[in-house]
Amino acid sequence: MTKHLLSAGDLSREQAIEILDIAEGMSNVNDREIKKLPTLRGKTVVNLFFEDSTRTRISFEVAEKRLSADVINFSAKGSSVSKGESLKDTAQTLEAIGADAVVIRHSASGAANVLAHSNWIQGSIINAGDGTHEHPTQALLDAFTMRKRIHGAQSPGKALDGVKVAIVGDILHSRVARSNQLLLSTLGAEVHFVAPPTLLPQNASGFKAALHYNLDEMLATEKPDVVMMLRLQAERMNASYFPTEREYARIWGFNAGRLGALKDSAIVMHPGPMNRGLEIDAVTADSPRSTVLEQVTNGVSIRMAVLYSLLSGERSADV
Amino acid sequence: MSARTVLSSDDIDRAVTRIAHEILEANTALQKSGAKNLVLLGIPTRGVLLAERIAKVIARAEPDVKPEDLLGRLDITMYRDDLASNPTRPVTQTLIPSQGIDDKVVVLVDDVLFSGRTIRAALDALNDFGRPRAVKLAVLVDRGHRELPIRADFVGKNLPTSREERINVQLNETDDQNAVVIE
Repeated sequence: MTKHLLSAGDLSREQAIEILDIAEGMSNVNDREIKKLPTLRGKTVVNLFFEDSTRTRISFEVAEKRLSADVINFSAKGSSVSKGESLKDTAQTLEAIGADAVVIRHSASGAANVLAHSNWIQGSIINAGDGTHEHPTQALLDAFTMRKRIHGAQSPGKALDGVKVAIVGDILHSRVARSNQLLLSTLGAEVHFVAPPTLLPQNASGFKAALHYNLDEMLATEKPDVVMMLRLQAERMNASYFPTEREYARIWGFNAGRLGALKDSAIVMHPGPMNRGLEIDAVTADSPRSTVLEQVTNGVSIRMAVLYSLLSGERSADV
Repeated sequence: MSARTVLSSDDIDRAVTRIAHEILEANTALQKSGAKNLVLLGIPTRGVLLAERIAKVIARAEPDVKPEDLLGRLDITMYRDDLASNPTRPVTQTLIPSQGIDDKVVVLVDDVLFSGRTIRAALDALNDFGRPRAVKLAVLVDRGHRELPIRADFVGKNLPTSREERINVQLNETDDQNAVVIE
Protein backbone atom coordinates (compact mmCIF):
# COMPACT_ATOMS: atom_id res chain seq x y z
CA MET A 1 0.00 0.00 0.00
CA THR A 2 1.26 3.48 -0.78
CA LYS A 3 1.49 6.32 1.69
CA HIS A 4 -1.40 8.43 0.43
CA LEU A 5 -4.83 7.84 -1.06
CA LEU A 6 -5.31 10.64 -3.56
CA SER A 7 -6.99 9.03 -6.53
CA ALA A 8 -9.00 5.88 -7.08
CA GLY A 9 -6.84 5.41 -10.17
CA ASP A 10 -3.72 4.88 -8.04
CA LEU A 11 -5.03 1.55 -6.77
CA SER A 12 -4.12 -1.65 -8.56
CA ARG A 13 -6.73 -4.37 -8.84
CA GLU A 14 -4.99 -6.36 -6.05
CA GLN A 15 -4.77 -3.34 -3.75
CA ALA A 16 -8.42 -2.46 -4.35
CA ILE A 17 -9.58 -6.01 -3.60
CA GLU A 18 -7.38 -6.06 -0.50
CA ILE A 19 -9.00 -2.88 0.84
CA LEU A 20 -12.47 -4.30 0.15
CA ASP A 21 -11.53 -7.53 1.96
CA ILE A 22 -10.14 -5.66 4.95
CA ALA A 23 -13.37 -3.64 5.01
CA GLU A 24 -15.24 -6.93 5.19
CA GLY A 25 -13.41 -7.70 8.43
CA MET A 26 -14.05 -4.17 9.69
CA SER A 27 -17.77 -4.49 9.02
CA ASN A 28 -17.83 -7.41 11.47
CA VAL A 29 -16.37 -5.08 14.09
CA ASN A 30 -19.16 -2.61 13.39
CA ASP A 31 -21.73 -5.31 14.19
CA ARG A 32 -20.20 -6.03 17.58
CA GLU A 33 -21.27 -4.75 20.92
CA ILE A 34 -17.85 -3.22 21.57
CA LYS A 35 -17.06 -1.44 18.34
CA LYS A 36 -13.47 -0.60 19.04
CA LEU A 37 -10.07 -1.85 17.95
CA PRO A 38 -6.74 -0.76 19.45
CA THR A 39 -5.04 -0.68 16.04
CA LEU A 40 -4.24 3.03 15.65
CA ARG A 41 -3.64 3.84 19.30
CA GLY A 42 -1.37 6.84 19.64
CA LYS A 43 -1.82 8.01 16.05
CA THR A 44 -3.25 11.45 15.41
CA VAL A 45 -5.59 11.97 12.49
CA VAL A 46 -6.77 15.43 11.44
CA ASN A 47 -10.00 15.86 9.50
CA LEU A 48 -9.39 18.98 7.47
CA PHE A 49 -12.70 20.06 5.97
CA PHE A 50 -12.72 23.22 3.89
CA GLU A 51 -16.05 22.27 2.36
CA ASP A 52 -19.31 21.27 4.02
CA SER A 53 -19.95 17.60 4.55
CA THR A 54 -22.18 15.45 6.73
CA ARG A 55 -21.67 11.86 5.69
CA THR A 56 -17.98 11.86 4.81
CA ARG A 57 -16.86 13.79 7.86
CA ILE A 58 -18.92 11.79 10.34
CA SER A 59 -17.95 8.57 8.61
CA PHE A 60 -14.23 9.34 8.81
CA GLU A 61 -14.56 10.45 12.41
CA VAL A 62 -16.36 7.27 13.44
CA ALA A 63 -13.82 5.15 11.53
CA GLU A 64 -10.90 6.89 13.23
CA LYS A 65 -12.45 6.55 16.66
CA ARG A 66 -13.26 2.87 16.19
CA LEU A 67 -9.59 2.30 15.43
CA SER A 68 -8.61 4.23 18.59
CA ALA A 69 -6.85 7.08 16.79
CA ASP A 70 -6.81 10.56 18.30
CA VAL A 71 -9.09 12.69 16.17
CA ILE A 72 -8.88 16.40 15.53
CA ASN A 73 -11.70 17.97 13.57
CA PHE A 74 -11.00 21.08 11.63
CA SER A 75 -13.53 22.95 9.59
CA ALA A 76 -12.72 26.11 7.72
CA LYS A 77 -15.60 27.91 9.37
CA GLY A 78 -14.49 29.10 12.80
CA SER A 79 -10.77 28.60 12.12
CA SER A 80 -7.99 30.95 11.08
CA VAL A 81 -8.81 30.16 7.45
CA SER A 82 -11.60 32.72 7.78
CA LYS A 83 -8.90 35.21 8.81
CA GLY A 84 -7.12 34.48 5.54
CA GLU A 85 -4.64 31.76 6.51
CA SER A 86 -3.35 29.86 3.48
CA LEU A 87 -3.49 26.09 2.93
CA LYS A 88 0.29 26.03 3.32
CA ASP A 89 0.28 27.68 6.74
CA THR A 90 -2.61 25.52 7.88
CA ALA A 91 -0.76 22.40 6.74
CA GLN A 92 2.46 23.43 8.45
CA THR A 93 0.56 24.08 11.66
CA LEU A 94 -0.80 20.54 11.52
CA GLU A 95 2.71 19.23 10.87
CA ALA A 96 4.01 21.12 13.91
CA ILE A 97 1.26 19.55 16.01
CA GLY A 98 2.33 16.12 14.79
CA ALA A 99 -0.46 14.72 12.63
CA ASP A 100 0.09 11.18 11.36
CA ALA A 101 -2.61 11.50 8.74
CA VAL A 102 -4.70 14.27 7.25
CA VAL A 103 -8.10 13.68 5.73
CA ILE A 104 -8.78 16.60 3.44
CA ARG A 105 -11.92 17.87 1.73
CA HIS A 106 -11.44 21.00 -0.34
CA SER A 107 -13.36 22.84 -3.02
CA ALA A 108 -10.25 23.14 -5.21
CA SER A 109 -9.46 20.18 -7.46
CA GLY A 110 -5.98 18.91 -6.66
CA ALA A 111 -5.83 20.24 -3.09
CA ALA A 112 -5.03 16.78 -1.68
CA ASN A 113 -2.34 16.31 -4.29
CA VAL A 114 -0.68 19.61 -3.37
CA LEU A 115 -0.68 18.64 0.29
CA ALA A 116 0.84 15.24 -0.48
CA HIS A 117 3.66 16.48 -2.70
CA SER A 118 4.57 19.83 -1.20
CA ASN A 119 6.67 18.65 1.75
CA TRP A 120 4.60 20.90 4.03
CA ILE A 121 3.47 17.84 5.86
CA GLN A 122 4.97 14.37 6.37
CA GLY A 123 1.90 12.34 7.28
CA SER A 124 -0.41 10.35 5.03
CA ILE A 125 -2.92 12.34 3.02
CA ILE A 126 -6.38 10.93 2.33
CA ASN A 127 -8.46 12.69 -0.28
CA ALA A 128 -12.02 13.06 1.00
CA GLY A 129 -13.15 14.99 -2.07
CA ASP A 130 -11.32 17.72 -3.96
CA GLY A 131 -13.47 20.03 -6.06
CA THR A 132 -14.83 18.23 -9.11
CA HIS A 133 -11.84 15.92 -9.27
CA GLU A 134 -11.94 12.79 -7.08
CA HIS A 135 -13.48 11.15 -4.04
CA PRO A 136 -11.71 7.78 -3.80
CA THR A 137 -13.20 6.51 -0.52
CA GLN A 138 -16.68 7.04 -1.97
CA ALA A 139 -15.75 4.92 -4.98
CA LEU A 140 -14.40 2.21 -2.67
CA LEU A 141 -17.54 2.13 -0.56
CA ASP A 142 -19.69 2.05 -3.70
CA ALA A 143 -17.69 -0.90 -5.03
CA PHE A 144 -17.97 -2.59 -1.62
CA THR A 145 -21.75 -2.07 -1.57
CA MET A 146 -22.12 -3.52 -5.09
CA ARG A 147 -19.92 -6.49 -4.25
CA LYS A 148 -21.90 -7.22 -1.09
CA ARG A 149 -25.25 -7.01 -2.90
CA ILE A 150 -24.04 -9.22 -5.76
CA HIS A 151 -21.88 -11.81 -3.99
CA GLY A 152 -23.22 -11.70 -0.42
CA ALA A 153 -21.19 -13.81 1.99
CA GLN A 154 -18.95 -15.00 -0.85
CA SER A 155 -17.63 -11.46 -1.39
CA PRO A 156 -14.06 -11.73 -0.02
CA GLY A 157 -11.49 -11.99 -2.79
CA LYS A 158 -14.00 -11.15 -5.53
CA ALA A 159 -13.87 -8.26 -8.01
CA LEU A 160 -16.73 -6.80 -10.07
CA ASP A 161 -16.01 -8.44 -13.41
CA GLY A 162 -18.80 -8.02 -15.92
CA VAL A 163 -21.03 -5.89 -13.67
CA LYS A 164 -22.80 -3.18 -15.67
CA VAL A 165 -22.95 0.15 -13.86
CA ALA A 166 -24.89 3.15 -15.15
CA ILE A 167 -23.90 6.47 -13.60
CA VAL A 168 -26.61 9.03 -14.27
CA GLY A 169 -26.85 12.80 -14.00
CA ASP A 170 -24.44 15.61 -13.22
CA ILE A 171 -21.22 13.95 -14.42
CA LEU A 172 -19.62 17.32 -15.13
CA HIS A 173 -19.38 18.37 -11.49
CA SER A 174 -19.13 14.92 -9.97
CA ARG A 175 -15.96 13.73 -8.29
CA VAL A 176 -17.90 10.60 -7.34
CA ALA A 177 -18.38 9.72 -11.03
CA ARG A 178 -14.70 10.32 -11.80
CA SER A 179 -13.42 8.16 -8.97
CA ASN A 180 -16.00 5.48 -9.64
CA GLN A 181 -15.18 5.04 -13.34
CA LEU A 182 -11.49 4.63 -12.43
CA LEU A 183 -12.02 2.13 -9.64
CA LEU A 184 -14.87 0.19 -11.23
CA SER A 185 -12.96 -0.30 -14.48
CA THR A 186 -9.93 -1.46 -12.46
CA LEU A 187 -12.21 -4.02 -10.83
CA GLY A 188 -13.50 -5.21 -14.20
CA ALA A 189 -16.94 -3.57 -14.21
CA GLU A 190 -18.41 -1.92 -17.28
CA VAL A 191 -19.23 1.76 -16.68
CA HIS A 192 -21.86 3.77 -18.60
CA PHE A 193 -22.28 7.51 -18.15
CA VAL A 194 -25.75 8.84 -18.87
CA ALA A 195 -26.28 12.60 -18.88
CA PRO A 196 -27.52 15.53 -20.87
CA PRO A 197 -24.66 16.81 -23.09
CA THR A 198 -24.48 19.99 -21.01
CA LEU A 199 -23.63 17.98 -17.89
CA LEU A 200 -20.82 15.99 -19.50
CA PRO A 201 -17.33 17.46 -19.80
CA GLN A 202 -16.56 18.88 -23.24
CA ASN A 203 -13.88 16.28 -23.76
CA ALA A 204 -15.00 13.00 -22.24
CA SER A 205 -12.64 10.83 -24.27
CA GLY A 206 -10.40 10.15 -21.26
CA PHE A 207 -13.20 8.47 -19.33
CA LYS A 208 -13.20 4.72 -19.00
CA ALA A 209 -16.92 4.74 -19.64
CA ALA A 210 -19.39 4.57 -22.50
CA LEU A 211 -21.49 7.71 -23.00
CA HIS A 212 -25.27 7.83 -23.42
CA TYR A 213 -27.63 10.76 -23.83
CA ASN A 214 -30.97 9.06 -23.23
CA LEU A 215 -31.76 7.42 -19.91
CA ASP A 216 -34.73 5.25 -20.94
CA GLU A 217 -33.00 4.03 -24.06
CA MET A 218 -29.88 3.12 -22.08
CA LEU A 219 -31.91 1.25 -19.42
CA ALA A 220 -33.68 -0.72 -22.16
CA THR A 221 -30.64 -1.63 -24.26
CA GLU A 222 -27.93 -2.09 -21.62
CA LYS A 223 -30.01 -3.53 -18.74
CA PRO A 224 -27.58 -2.33 -16.03
CA ASP A 225 -27.01 -4.25 -12.78
CA VAL A 226 -26.42 -1.03 -10.88
CA VAL A 227 -27.84 2.44 -11.42
CA MET A 228 -26.01 5.20 -9.59
CA MET A 229 -27.85 8.51 -9.47
CA LEU A 230 -25.70 11.61 -8.93
CA ARG A 231 -26.69 14.70 -7.03
CA LEU A 232 -27.31 17.76 -9.10
CA GLN A 233 -24.63 20.05 -7.68
CA ALA A 234 -26.40 23.38 -7.82
CA GLU A 235 -23.69 25.03 -5.71
CA ARG A 236 -21.14 24.45 -8.46
CA MET A 237 -23.38 25.56 -11.31
CA ASN A 238 -22.53 29.00 -12.59
CA ALA A 239 -24.53 28.76 -15.81
CA SER A 240 -27.81 27.19 -16.78
CA TYR A 241 -27.25 23.58 -17.73
CA PHE A 242 -30.91 22.58 -18.21
CA PRO A 243 -34.14 24.53 -18.69
CA THR A 244 -36.07 23.76 -15.50
CA GLU A 245 -35.83 21.44 -12.53
CA ARG A 246 -39.21 19.92 -13.38
CA GLU A 247 -37.98 19.02 -16.84
CA TYR A 248 -34.77 17.57 -15.44
CA ALA A 249 -36.70 15.45 -12.95
CA ARG A 250 -38.96 14.15 -15.75
CA ILE A 251 -36.20 13.27 -18.24
CA TRP A 252 -33.30 12.39 -15.94
CA GLY A 253 -34.77 11.66 -12.55
CA PHE A 254 -35.19 8.11 -11.29
CA ASN A 255 -38.80 7.37 -10.48
CA ALA A 256 -41.10 4.45 -9.80
CA GLY A 257 -41.68 3.89 -13.52
CA ARG A 258 -38.00 3.56 -14.29
CA LEU A 259 -37.51 1.41 -11.19
CA GLY A 260 -40.06 -1.01 -12.63
CA ALA A 261 -38.14 -1.14 -15.91
CA LEU A 262 -34.98 -2.43 -14.21
CA LYS A 263 -34.23 -6.12 -13.98
CA ASP A 264 -35.18 -7.72 -10.67
CA SER A 265 -31.68 -7.97 -9.24
CA ALA A 266 -30.67 -4.41 -10.12
CA ILE A 267 -29.94 -1.88 -7.36
CA VAL A 268 -30.16 1.90 -7.22
CA MET A 269 -27.37 3.83 -5.52
CA HIS A 270 -26.93 7.46 -4.55
CA PRO A 271 -23.87 8.94 -2.86
CA GLY A 272 -26.02 11.42 -0.92
CA PRO A 273 -27.13 13.99 -0.04
CA MET A 274 -30.21 13.34 -2.16
CA ASN A 275 -32.32 16.00 -3.83
CA ARG A 276 -35.56 14.12 -3.36
CA GLY A 277 -37.95 14.75 -6.22
CA LEU A 278 -35.17 15.97 -8.47
CA GLU A 279 -32.69 13.24 -9.50
CA ILE A 280 -34.41 10.56 -7.42
CA ASP A 281 -38.01 10.29 -6.21
CA ALA A 282 -39.12 9.13 -2.79
CA VAL A 283 -40.48 5.77 -4.00
CA THR A 284 -37.07 4.83 -5.40
CA ALA A 285 -35.07 6.30 -2.54
CA ASP A 286 -37.05 4.37 0.07
CA SER A 287 -37.42 1.12 -1.88
CA PRO A 288 -35.56 -2.03 -0.78
CA ARG A 289 -33.53 -1.80 -3.99
CA SER A 290 -32.04 1.51 -2.92
CA THR A 291 -28.69 1.13 -1.14
CA VAL A 292 -28.38 4.69 0.12
CA LEU A 293 -28.19 3.81 3.81
CA GLU A 294 -26.09 0.69 3.19
CA GLN A 295 -23.61 2.95 1.44
CA VAL A 296 -23.36 5.08 4.56
CA THR A 297 -22.88 2.04 6.80
CA ASN A 298 -20.28 0.56 4.46
CA GLY A 299 -18.50 3.91 4.31
CA VAL A 300 -17.36 3.48 7.91
CA SER A 301 -15.91 0.02 7.20
CA ILE A 302 -14.15 1.21 4.04
CA ARG A 303 -12.64 4.21 5.80
CA MET A 304 -11.43 2.00 8.63
CA ALA A 305 -9.82 -0.27 6.04
CA VAL A 306 -8.15 2.67 4.28
CA LEU A 307 -6.84 4.14 7.54
CA TYR A 308 -5.55 0.75 8.62
CA SER A 309 -3.84 0.14 5.28
CA LEU A 310 -2.18 3.54 5.20
CA LEU A 311 -1.25 3.96 8.83
CA SER A 312 -0.13 0.58 10.03
CA GLY A 313 2.87 -1.25 8.76
CA GLU A 314 6.18 -0.26 7.29
CA ARG A 315 6.28 1.52 4.01
CA SER A 316 8.97 1.31 1.38
CA ALA A 317 11.03 4.47 1.46
CA ASP A 318 10.27 5.57 -2.11
CA VAL A 319 6.67 6.64 -1.61
CA MET B 1 18.64 -25.04 4.49
CA SER B 2 17.96 -28.61 5.49
CA ALA B 3 14.41 -29.51 6.47
CA ARG B 4 13.58 -32.22 8.97
CA THR B 5 10.13 -33.66 9.58
CA VAL B 6 9.39 -33.81 13.29
CA LEU B 7 5.71 -34.79 13.22
CA SER B 8 4.25 -37.07 10.54
CA SER B 9 0.66 -37.07 9.40
CA ASP B 10 -0.17 -39.86 11.88
CA ASP B 11 1.60 -38.02 14.70
CA ILE B 12 -0.51 -34.94 14.02
CA ASP B 13 -3.74 -37.01 14.02
CA ARG B 14 -2.80 -38.64 17.30
CA ALA B 15 -1.90 -35.29 18.87
CA VAL B 16 -5.18 -33.73 17.74
CA THR B 17 -7.18 -36.70 19.10
CA ARG B 18 -5.36 -36.56 22.41
CA ILE B 19 -5.82 -32.78 22.74
CA ALA B 20 -9.55 -33.18 22.01
CA HIS B 21 -9.94 -35.79 24.75
CA GLU B 22 -7.88 -33.72 27.19
CA ILE B 23 -10.13 -30.73 26.51
CA LEU B 24 -13.21 -32.87 27.19
CA GLU B 25 -11.67 -34.26 30.35
CA ALA B 26 -10.68 -30.84 31.67
CA ASN B 27 -14.10 -29.43 30.83
CA THR B 28 -15.83 -32.30 32.62
CA ALA B 29 -13.75 -31.60 35.71
CA LEU B 30 -14.60 -27.91 35.49
CA GLN B 31 -18.32 -27.99 34.76
CA LYS B 32 -19.38 -31.65 35.03
CA SER B 33 -20.18 -31.99 31.36
CA GLY B 34 -17.96 -32.85 28.41
CA ALA B 35 -18.74 -30.34 25.73
CA LYS B 36 -21.20 -28.13 27.58
CA ASN B 37 -20.43 -24.41 27.49
CA LEU B 38 -17.34 -25.14 25.43
CA VAL B 39 -16.13 -22.87 22.62
CA LEU B 40 -13.15 -23.55 20.37
CA LEU B 41 -11.68 -20.46 18.75
CA GLY B 42 -9.06 -21.05 16.07
CA ILE B 43 -6.50 -18.38 15.33
CA PRO B 44 -6.05 -17.96 11.54
CA THR B 45 -4.78 -19.53 9.46
CA ARG B 46 -3.84 -22.98 10.69
CA GLY B 47 -5.30 -22.64 14.16
CA VAL B 48 -8.73 -22.53 12.51
CA LEU B 49 -8.07 -25.83 10.72
CA LEU B 50 -6.79 -27.45 13.90
CA ALA B 51 -9.85 -26.23 15.81
CA GLU B 52 -12.06 -27.84 13.16
CA ARG B 53 -10.20 -31.15 13.52
CA ILE B 54 -10.46 -31.03 17.31
CA ALA B 55 -14.20 -30.26 17.08
CA LYS B 56 -14.71 -33.29 14.84
CA VAL B 57 -13.05 -35.57 17.38
CA ILE B 58 -15.14 -34.07 20.17
CA ALA B 59 -18.31 -34.59 18.13
CA ARG B 60 -17.35 -38.25 17.62
CA ALA B 61 -16.93 -38.72 21.38
CA GLU B 62 -20.08 -36.78 22.33
CA PRO B 63 -22.76 -37.71 19.78
CA ASP B 64 -25.19 -34.93 20.74
CA VAL B 65 -22.60 -32.23 19.97
CA LYS B 66 -22.45 -30.57 16.56
CA PRO B 67 -18.99 -29.26 15.62
CA GLU B 68 -20.39 -25.97 14.23
CA ASP B 69 -21.89 -25.10 17.64
CA LEU B 70 -18.44 -25.16 19.22
CA LEU B 71 -16.39 -23.59 16.49
CA GLY B 72 -15.33 -20.04 15.86
CA ARG B 73 -12.36 -18.13 14.56
CA LEU B 74 -10.63 -15.16 16.09
CA ASP B 75 -8.64 -12.83 13.87
CA ILE B 76 -6.12 -11.03 16.04
CA THR B 77 -4.38 -8.92 13.39
CA MET B 78 -5.79 -5.63 14.64
CA TYR B 79 -4.66 -6.39 18.20
CA ARG B 80 -1.02 -7.15 17.43
CA ASP B 81 1.69 -5.12 19.15
CA ASP B 82 3.97 -5.13 16.11
CA LEU B 83 1.65 -3.53 13.54
CA ALA B 84 3.82 -0.46 13.20
CA SER B 85 7.02 -2.36 12.48
CA ASN B 86 5.79 -5.00 10.02
CA PRO B 87 4.24 -4.89 6.57
CA THR B 88 0.48 -4.43 6.59
CA ARG B 89 -1.22 -7.73 7.23
CA PRO B 90 -4.49 -8.76 5.69
CA VAL B 91 -7.44 -8.93 8.06
CA THR B 92 -9.67 -11.98 7.97
CA GLN B 93 -13.07 -12.64 9.43
CA THR B 94 -13.79 -13.26 13.06
CA LEU B 95 -16.68 -15.63 13.76
CA ILE B 96 -18.02 -16.28 17.22
CA PRO B 97 -20.40 -19.27 17.58
CA SER B 98 -24.03 -18.30 18.14
CA GLN B 99 -23.89 -19.26 21.83
CA GLY B 100 -21.44 -16.38 22.40
CA ILE B 101 -18.51 -16.56 24.81
CA ASP B 102 -20.01 -15.09 27.98
CA ASP B 103 -19.54 -17.57 30.85
CA LYS B 104 -18.22 -20.20 28.43
CA VAL B 105 -14.94 -22.06 28.60
CA VAL B 106 -13.03 -20.75 25.61
CA VAL B 107 -10.18 -22.81 24.19
CA LEU B 108 -7.89 -20.83 21.90
CA VAL B 109 -6.32 -23.05 19.25
CA ASP B 110 -3.12 -22.19 17.38
CA ASP B 111 -0.51 -24.18 15.50
CA VAL B 112 2.75 -22.97 17.09
CA LEU B 113 3.32 -21.29 20.43
CA PHE B 114 6.48 -19.16 20.27
CA SER B 115 6.86 -15.70 21.84
CA GLY B 116 3.31 -15.70 23.24
CA ARG B 117 2.52 -12.35 21.63
CA THR B 118 -0.17 -13.76 19.36
CA ILE B 119 -1.93 -15.21 22.40
CA ARG B 120 -1.66 -11.90 24.26
CA ALA B 121 -3.34 -10.23 21.27
CA ALA B 122 -5.99 -12.97 21.27
CA LEU B 123 -6.72 -12.35 24.97
CA ASP B 124 -7.16 -8.65 24.21
CA ALA B 125 -9.46 -9.47 21.33
CA LEU B 126 -11.56 -11.79 23.51
CA ASN B 127 -12.12 -8.92 25.91
CA ASP B 128 -14.06 -7.10 23.21
CA PHE B 129 -16.42 -10.02 22.65
CA GLY B 130 -17.42 -10.84 26.18
CA ARG B 131 -16.32 -12.36 29.45
CA PRO B 132 -15.53 -16.05 29.26
CA ARG B 133 -15.65 -18.18 32.40
CA ALA B 134 -12.15 -19.42 31.62
CA VAL B 135 -9.73 -19.20 28.71
CA LYS B 136 -7.51 -22.14 27.84
CA LEU B 137 -4.87 -22.59 25.19
CA ALA B 138 -4.28 -25.57 22.89
CA VAL B 139 -1.31 -25.67 20.49
CA LEU B 140 0.06 -28.32 18.21
CA VAL B 141 3.68 -27.35 18.82
CA ASP B 142 5.26 -25.48 21.72
CA ARG B 143 8.70 -24.36 20.60
CA GLY B 144 9.73 -22.33 23.66
CA HIS B 145 11.31 -18.83 23.68
CA ARG B 146 8.40 -17.20 25.45
CA GLU B 147 8.55 -13.41 25.83
CA LEU B 148 5.42 -13.16 27.97
CA PRO B 149 4.09 -15.11 30.96
CA ILE B 150 1.87 -17.37 28.85
CA ARG B 151 1.63 -21.16 28.92
CA ALA B 152 -0.37 -23.70 26.95
CA ASP B 153 -2.88 -26.00 28.67
CA PHE B 154 -2.94 -28.61 25.89
CA VAL B 155 0.20 -29.26 23.87
CA GLY B 156 0.62 -31.63 20.92
CA LYS B 157 4.39 -31.73 21.16
CA ASN B 158 7.07 -29.78 22.98
CA LEU B 159 9.86 -29.00 20.53
CA PRO B 160 12.95 -27.33 21.94
CA THR B 161 14.29 -25.17 19.12
CA SER B 162 16.85 -22.48 18.52
CA ARG B 163 15.57 -19.03 17.62
CA GLU B 164 17.03 -19.27 14.13
CA GLU B 165 15.04 -22.37 13.23
CA ARG B 166 11.67 -22.13 11.53
CA ILE B 167 8.79 -24.40 12.41
CA ASN B 168 6.54 -25.04 9.47
CA VAL B 169 3.15 -26.61 10.18
CA GLN B 170 1.57 -28.04 7.04
CA LEU B 171 -2.03 -29.25 7.03
CA ASN B 172 -3.54 -30.83 3.96
CA GLU B 173 -6.49 -28.41 3.94
CA THR B 174 -4.12 -25.67 2.77
CA ASP B 175 -0.81 -27.43 2.01
CA ASP B 176 0.05 -30.53 0.01
CA GLN B 177 0.81 -32.66 3.06
CA ASN B 178 0.23 -33.12 6.79
CA ALA B 179 3.50 -32.58 8.60
CA VAL B 180 5.44 -30.43 11.00
CA VAL B 181 8.79 -29.55 9.48
CA ILE B 182 11.74 -27.84 11.13
CA GLU B 183 14.06 -25.75 8.95
